[in-house]
Amino acid sequence: MRPIDYTAAQDVRGALQKLAARPLESAPIGGGTNLVDLMKIHVQNPALLVDINGLPLAEIQEVEGGLRIGALVRNSDLANHPLVRERYPVLSEALLSGASPQLRNMATVGGNILQRTRCAYFRDISQPCNKREPGSGCGALEGFNRMHAVLGTSDKCIAANPSDMSVALAALDATVHVSGPKGERTVAFGDFHLLPGSTPERETVLKPGELITHVSLPASRFAARSRYLKVRDRASYAFALASAAVAIELEGKTIKDARVALGGVGTKPWRSAEAEKALMGQPADEVHFKAAAAAALKSAKPRTHNAFKVELARRTLVRVLALAAGLA
Amino acid sequence: MSDPKQPPHGTGAEGDAPSVLDDGKTTRREFVGTAVVGGTLLAAGFLSLSATAQGGAKASSLEGPSVAPVPIKLQVNGQEHALEVEPRVTLLDALRENLGLTGSKKGCDLGQCGACTVLVEGRRVNSCLTLAVMQQGKRITTIEGLSQGETLHPMQQSFLAHDGFQCGYCTPGQIMSAVGFSREPWGQTDADIREGMCGNICRCGAYPHIVAAVRDGRGKQA
Repeated sequence: MRPIDYTAAQDVRGALQKLAARPLESAPIGGGTNLVDLMKIHVQNPALLVDINGLPLAEIQEVEGGLRIGALVRNSDLANHPLVRERYPVLSEALLSGASPQLRNMATVGGNILQRTRCAYFRDISQPCNKREPGSGCGALEGFNRMHAVLGTSDKCIAANPSDMSVALAALDATVHVSGPKGERTVAFGDFHLLPGSTPERETVLKPGELITHVSLPASRFAARSRYLKVRDRASYAFALASAAVAIELEGKTIKDARVALGGVGTKPWRSAEAEKALMGQPADEVHFKAAAAAALKSAKPRTHNAFKVELARRTLVRVLALAAGLA
Repeated sequence: MSDPKQPPHGTGAEGDAPSVLDDGKTTRREFVGTAVVGGTLLAAGFLSLSATAQGGAKASSLEGPSVAPVPIKLQVNGQEHALEVEPRVTLLDALRENLGLTGSKKGCDLGQCGACTVLVEGRRVNSCLTLAVMQQGKRITTIEGLSQGETLHPMQQSFLAHDGFQCGYCTPGQIMSAVGFSREPWGQTDADIREGMCGNICRCGAYPHIVAAVRDGRGKQA
């Protein structure tokens, strides 16, 4: 790890000021599970860390039937919160499927949203990576790309977004609240992460010097009927090969409304409007679950080693839809 | 605390089981001594592997020029320690290298193996992924602080009773993780234990015994 300066902030305003004092070389630190890791392998090299753990952003509050979740709420606290378990089970399941209990005790909601890819070429500074070093090329395109994305890729980057929590937030119509030098703003979760396109180094709409302060979840008629399913190389403590977060509203046996998002296969948390459209107004049965899965993966662009993910993601989605509908 | 330079049993046979008293309990000194010998052997192996892989890179995790150390205070095992560390020093390195508390082990140093697990405010965390400077004012518990004097914590006792280790290198992290696990809202099945302990890797593969140790030790108060 390279030398760093350190300062702790006690409120949002103080943190923004400290970040702005050295805008190009400062980084906020919350749980540190991702940032300290990346600093050790020289992928991220901030010269100044601004410790934001003293900020009053660790509360979960009920607001207008929904939830307001502070950016510093730890993953384990969010997963085990009674209102999350009751009203947004998909979020609890997604969180509990991610990382290890130790890491979940440390990792924050804000940091999880900003979690960097686990692409091996991104994490190895001896390899080319357009995300880490724009213009240097992509080692994964023709390299070992078994873990990589099949949706939202470009000819510059096929790195998968690794977050489980974000897949649930995408399905739940979350809103990200941001504070910066120019004041506060909100971003719909689906707009927060960017596709790699020709600028894979730009991963979110968060600007330098801005902080995520909290995330809000709207009240939902049917999020209580939501599930997360994650498929990975081993039973625990591994990143997703494919995962799916779904919430469905049933009227009798007909699907009145649905939310579908995929993980492990997208360059960002992958909300699928195509799958939702294919489900809406249809009977909740395997035929229509399969049609939705086919629609979700229609634009998939597999590479040499990850073609299996297309079928795996389809089956994952069919399975979790059956679970959410109470048919499995 | 036993001296790691001295064989704990005087026989030089590291493979000997720790001696157990008539009442089935082992003293903390014997337990720690055994764990330290196993740990030292593996640690030496780790270091030479690491040096080979990185072309003789220095073992320290600090690279490049230093910045000025900052004075910090850490509350570890009920004692306040004043120390001076660079801001980039992890809690794990501060515990081991500044405070001499080498019970917490450095395995992967990337949050993947769990050997460095300690409790912060009673919750288990990976001490390799947080900076010492960030943990001021927090109640930190390491494996050295688990026992009450010479009486082992029930989870330590349970790991002994169920032989929940082989080489012992992951054991302090396993035990600290198991203590943290016992305070978290998990179910009662072995599947819950396996999932709840997934952040601790045992390269010897002593998992069946570890699961048995956690099952038996989780309900018992210190």
